[in-house]
Order: sequence, then structure tokens, then C-alpha cells
Amino acid sequence: MPDDTRTGLTLRTARLQPAALLRFARRVPIVPILVLALVIADGVLAPWLSSHNPRVGELTQRLLPPMWMEGGSSEHIFGTDQQGRDIFARISYGARVSLLVAAVVLVVGGGVGTLLGLVSGWYGGLLDELIMRVVDIFMALPLILVALVLVVALGPSFSVLLLIMGLWIWVRFARMVRGEVLKLKEMDYIALAQVAGASTPRILVRHLWPGVRNTVTVVATLQVGLVIILEASLSFLGAGIPPPEPAWGSLVAEGRDVLAGAWWVSTIPGLAILVTVLSLNLFGDWLRDTLDPKLRQQL
Amino acid sequence: MTRFLIRRIAVTLVTLLLVSIVVFLMARVAGDPRSLLLDPWATEEDWDNLGKELGLDKAVHHQYWLFLTGLLRGDMGDSFSERRPVRDVIIERLPATLQLGLSAFAFSLVGGMSLGILGAVRRGGGLDLVGKVIALIGQSAPTFWIGIMLIFFFAVRFEWLPYAGREDWKSFILPSVTFGWAVMAANLRIMRSAMLDELDSEYVKFAKAKGVPGRDVVWKHTLPNALIPPLTMAGLTLGSMVTGSLITETVFAWPGLGNLAWRAVRHADYALLQGVVIIFTMAYLAAALLVDVLYARIDPRIRLG
Repeated sequence: MPDDTRTGLTLRTARLQPAALLRFARRVPIVPILVLALVIADGVLAPWLSSHNPRVGELTQRLLPPMWMEGGSSEHIFGTDQQGRDIFARISYGARVSLLVAAVVLVVGGGVGTLLGLVSGWYGGLLDELIMRVVDIFMALPLILVALVLVVALGPSFSVLLLIMGLWIWVRFARMVRGEVLKLKEMDYIALAQVAGASTPRILVRHLWPGVRNTVTVVATLQVGLVIILEASLSFLGAGIPPPEPAWGSLVAEGRDVLAGAWWVSTIPGLAILVTVLSLNLFGDWLRDTLDPKLRQQL
Repeated sequence: MTRFLIRRIAVTLVTLLLVSIVVFLMARVAGDPRSLLLDPWATEEDWDNLGKELGLDKAVHHQYWLFLTGLLRGDMGDSFSERRPVRDVIIERLPATLQLGLSAFAFSLVGGMSLGILGAVRRGGGLDLVGKVIALIGQSAPTFWIGIMLIFFFAVRFEWLPYAGREDWKSFILPSVTFGWAVMAANLRIMRSAMLDELDSEYVKFAKAKGVPGRDVVWKHTLPNALIPPLTMAGLTLGSMVTGSLITETVFAWPGLGNLAWRAVRHADYALLQGVVIIFTMAYLAAALLVDVLYARIDPRIRLG
């Protein structure tokens, strides 16, 4: 199908040619993928990777340096904090929290946003107008401030955090998906499907969704990094995951007081955020260039 | 243009109204303000009197109306941790936030643009690499961590710069760099790619071919055309600066509004938080509105689309 660019089928067939396959393989960002796999494994396997309790420390083991420094031991590879808690264990459990938040927010918020974007773009008219005005309002909300208000009123909790991030993310999906649907809607193959008597749900699922799928994947990957940073920022401000549950942002915040004597308490959790988000961004950039090069100007 | 303006202003007003409703309702959820204002020995009569004074005896929608009209008059209630009107506290702290915001904005603009231009001119060179690393860190590292790392190196290790507070020009350096870094990364990327696009165009090739010196090609022919995207971008980043100021001021104990919001959260001082949130929201919405209108003037696709 040499000229069937509209359906995105060229991409898939082109990849099967040996030369294209080689080019594809060479550009795959191996390091970011490996790092992400490590972070995910670290989060999932946290209880098995470390025998230390992330919430309760041993007071005799306070502020031990990482193992590569003088006075450090392989018992605590990243050292301990001022309460004698193992930093590696706290980062591992923190990865769990960050990844869980990101996953839930993406699946629920991204799902709702995608669905509303599809509906809004497909049906148009009053419904579209309504959804898009709501999107405008949510885009204009300084959400970190709303988050602080909610947290002071309702108290910091996991569900408040998820609610805030979900509210933040759905509009971004809705807007992007709607734009794509508006473009696809005009294409001949959709009109043909209608003429052939396909029902609306069938068109949405079988014909429209495959065209939107790549955009959604790219937006999702690039948004995960933002979600992780936002969650860390809220936790840093004391408005995220309530202590003593370890979250990356609060780990950095707790280390501030002992920065002069024990730099590792703040630095290492921060590095964990940096490395994770950096890998996500590099991976997302690659995904965008591979799946959906048109998005380059928009993101 | 008129239609676009009306729609845009309507959205701004509705958003503001929505924020005021959320803030108001959450105040009721947060608990009875009298339990914070009155001491444990207060009598039933004291409660009722204060309730009347605060308007708590009226219906909820009436209370909201009082709250809204109070806001329009600039009355935001009293802060219980500061023991004075919220308005006074905010006015006192506004200059510090604006100064830091301006200085960070200038830093991000100058830093991002110069690194972007120089990187594009010598593509793949040492400076381009430095720019790339700076941009990647800015996109991926959380602002608070950048601040803490800068404090560690420049204030704790080498003791070159103060780690907190707002004294002389020196105390502006670390907060501005922290605050501006993420924005600078965005500016750098946009400037670099705009510059590369222009350098690749026909008129630049022609200028080179007819023998214009390299320096003039870059500064006189290419740069003016490449400036449009980064300048638009600079406007768009104004809104994201609210988040930046909250975090930066917290890290550096900067005596501004962001730090105030954080302290209000710590003390559960709801009236104070409410005031700061409303001021920040207004600034944020005003900036967004201004940028959109300017943008729409330049680019007709925005107002017609």
C-alpha cells in the first residue's frame, strides 16, 4: 500500500523492510528504556530488594553515608536519613508511590480525557462547545494552588492527590484527541465506512481509534514525567502523600535540614526523580518521532 | 477579534468565579473558623456573636455573596497566624515576589536565548552540548531539587552566596537561577530550533553567497526573524511562573507570597491561604489573557480557530 498514508498503514509496512527495520533498531533509546525498566522493577520489587523498613528507622544508625564513602557499608547502599531509615529502601518504596500515582492518573484521567476528546470531536456542535469551554477553564486553573486549598481543607491523602492530578491531566488528552479526530473525520475512509453502514460505535472504535492511538501513546509518555514532577512538588510542599509514607518529593524535603552535614539525604532521591523523568522524556521524544512525527511542532 | 475577545474574557471570569466558589466551599469543609478564633473558655454567647459578625448564621449562598462582595472591596478577612488583615500581609509581601519573578524571567530569557543562538550558530560544538545538558536538566529535574543542589554547592560548600533571605543583589542569584531554569530550558530549545530553521532558509544562503560577513548574516539577517517564536513562548511561560514562585520561595525562605502560601498550609491558616490563592489566580489569569490576546493579534489562526 504505497500511497495509503492516511490510515497510517505505511508506517507499519515500511517497518518490515530490512533497511527500515535496521534504522528503527539503531535509533531505539536503549539507555532510557533500561533505566525505566530498572525503576519499575525497583518499585514493584521494593519489599524483596531491601530488608529495611522504609517508615521506621533505627536511631543508632542515623545519617550513615552511602556505601562508597568512608564510614558507609553495603548494609545501607545509599546511607540513612536523620531517623536512621535506609534511603535505598525509601527510594524504592517511593518509586512504588510515584509509579502508582502516575499509572492511576494516566489510566483514569487519560482515559476520561481521550473518551471526551473522541466524543467532542466526533459529534461537534453544542456538546463539543460545552466540553471545550470546560477544557478552557481547567487549562486556565492554576492547579497547584487549588491543590493546596484542597489539601488544607480535606487533609493530605492519596485520594485528594489522585483527584488533583486527574483534574490536571484529562484536559490535555481531551484537547489533543479532539484535534486529531477533527482531522480524521474529514477523511474518505471514514465517509466510506459510514456509507457501508457501519454504526457509530463501530466507526469510533474500529476506524477512528486506531488513528488516534499513536497520539494518545505519545502524549501519555510525555505527560508521565510531568505527573511525576507535579506529584513530587506537591509532596515537597507537604501537600502530597502524607508522611511517613515515603514519596520522592518529601524525601528531598526532609533532607534539606541536614544538607550541610549529610548531602546524600536530599541529593539521592532528587537524582532518582531526575533520572526517571529524563528517561521518560528521551523515550517519549523518540516515540513521538517514530509514531507521530507531526506532533513535533505541537509538543 | 471581538468574538474571540468576548469568549476569552468570559472564560477568564468564569474560571475566577469557579476558583472563588471552590475556595469558599473548601473553607466550610475545613471546619468552623470560630474554633480557631475563639479560646477554649469562650461561652455559647461568644460563639453566637462571632458567628453573627462573620455571617455564619446566614444561608450558604448568602454567605458566598458576602464573601464575593468582600473580595471585590479588597476585604479578605483576618489571618489568625498573623493576627491582622490578610490584605495587609499580602500587600507587604507582594514586592518581594514581583522582584524575584522579574529577575527570574529576565534570567530565563537572556540565558535561554543566548545559549540557543550560540548553540545553533556552532551546531554540535561545545557550547551547544552545554546548552543541551542545561535544557535536559531543566526539563527533567524538579525545581526544588535544583534549588537545594545550588544551595549545597554555592552556599554550603563554597560559601559564595547566601542560602536564604532577601538582602542585597547577591541573594537574588540562586533563587533566580532556580526559578528560571525550567523556563530557560524551554526558551533555549525554541530559540535554537527557530535559529536553525532560519539559518537553513534561502535568504540566508543568498546573503552568504553574495559575500555578507558571517557575523552580519547571523546578527542582522537571521536573528530578527528567528526571534518571533521564542518571544511568544516567553509570554506563554508567564503562567507557569506561579508554581515556580511557590516552590522557589519555599526553598530559599524568600519573604514573598509563595512562601506565605506554604506557611499558611503549615499553620492551616485558611483565610491567609485563600487570599494568596485568589491573588495568584488573578495574576495567572491576567497574564494568560494578555498573552492570548497579543498572540491572537499576531496570528489570525488563533482567534479564528
